Amino acid sequence: MNGPQDMGGLQGFGPVVPEPNEPVFHADWEKKAMALTVAMGFTGTWNIDRSRFARESLGPANYITWSYYKIWFSALEKLIEEHGLATSEEMAGGKSLEAAAPINRVLSAEDTPKVLAKGGPVVRDKAGAPAFKPGDDVCAINIHPTGHTRLPRYLRSRRGVIHKARSAHVYPDTNARGEGEDPQWLYSVRFKATELWGEGANPNDHVHVDCWEPYLERI
Amino acid sequence: MAHDHDHDHDHSELPEMDLRVRALESLLVEKGYVDPKALDIIVDTYENKVGPQNGAHVVAKAWSDPDYKKWLLEDGSEAIMSLGYSGRQGEHMEVVENTDQVHNMVVCTLCSCYPWSVLGLPPVWYKSAPYRSRAVIDPRGVLSEFGVTVADDKEVRVWDSTAEMRYLVLPQRPAGTDNWSEEQLAALVTRDSMIGTGLALSPDEVSS
Repeated sequence: MNGPQDMGGLQGFGPVVPEPNEPVFHADWEKKAMALTVAMGFTGTWNIDRSRFARESLGPANYITWSYYKIWFSALEKLIEEHGLATSEEMAGGKSLEAAAPINRVLSAEDTPKVLAKGGPVVRDKAGAPAFKPGDDVCAINIHPTGHTRLPRYLRSRRGVIHKARSAHVYPDTNARGEGEDPQWLYSVRFKATELWGEGANPNDHVHVDCWEPYLERI
Repeated sequence: MAHDHDHDHDHSELPEMDLRVRALESLLVEKGYVDPKALDIIVDTYENKVGPQNGAHVVAKAWSDPDYKKWLLEDGSEAIMSLGYSGRQGEHMEVVENTDQVHNMVVCTLCSCYPWSVLGLPPVWYKSAPYRSRAVIDPRGVLSEFGVTVADDKEVRVWDSTAEMRYLVLPQRPAGTDNWSEEQLAALVTRDSMIGTGLALSPDEVSS
């Protein structure tokens, strides 16, 4: 989706302002918003690509002005409602009014350290061979899907070179729609800054982006 | 509740967010979807255990041990896991080396992807619109705001972590540290130097 999350190359947001000695969290609710997001993700009711799409779909003005944990939390509420785990009325009141929905699994305190240490690897087996090899010239395709994609707008129709061929990874475009992992070969693609941003860019500079094979065509 | 920290962006939202988060937590616990003790462990892990000290250990070891450095650059995930750092948002790691020819910096223009296992949770600026929008189109301008100047004839290489690959920058080892131990070296490695928006500290900066 050409949404507010796709920020690469936008202008007018002003300088980057680091906060000296920044704490990990700025309020107790941020801790809980993060932990609830992780714990509910573990239930397996949705996947990470679906949750990213939920964050991207909160409305452009909200996305731009809300803090990141408010985005996470609002997306979590949205996912819970969309998947029938609770109603908006229940969430507003903080009291259960209907029976709990069946879920795949609950993250126990005992399992939490090992679950966090394991993470969620996305490399998958895939038959056949990748279409591209390092050094190949490629062009990012020009697509504007209304669903989730990880091909940023600033790369579309831009030419690059395959820097590295990686393994097959879960394909977010289908996974976010609940249409399966459909693993695709992943590549590190090297784009010249001048190709992306024109002649004003420094000719020595490059942007490296991981692109799944369906995002690329040979030139 | 601890509201002692005045953070402009969130300030007016605090009461509303406190209420909403408390309500949802109560509901999800009541419905049996989450274990409150698990929530505490998640918070404690990222508030107190996982952080940039992990990445600093990796960097200091790479500076001290050429074989480890070679392995780290070839297979970041395995080499980092050998030091005990693994897991969520660090499953697939690539370590990119700063040299006299190349300065690397890392961004996620699409969200907030960041190598949690070695750096912890990202700072607010990393997730902010100014950084995400400008890191790819104006990396040298962003670097200058962090006090980092890269010569015009040196490549700035930006890694936009749009997939599940996570990047850790291996900063250049500062001069004047020839006989330093790994522990001494680790004290020179800042979080920002591993994102690429900073450089490792010089010996003068830590002794003062």
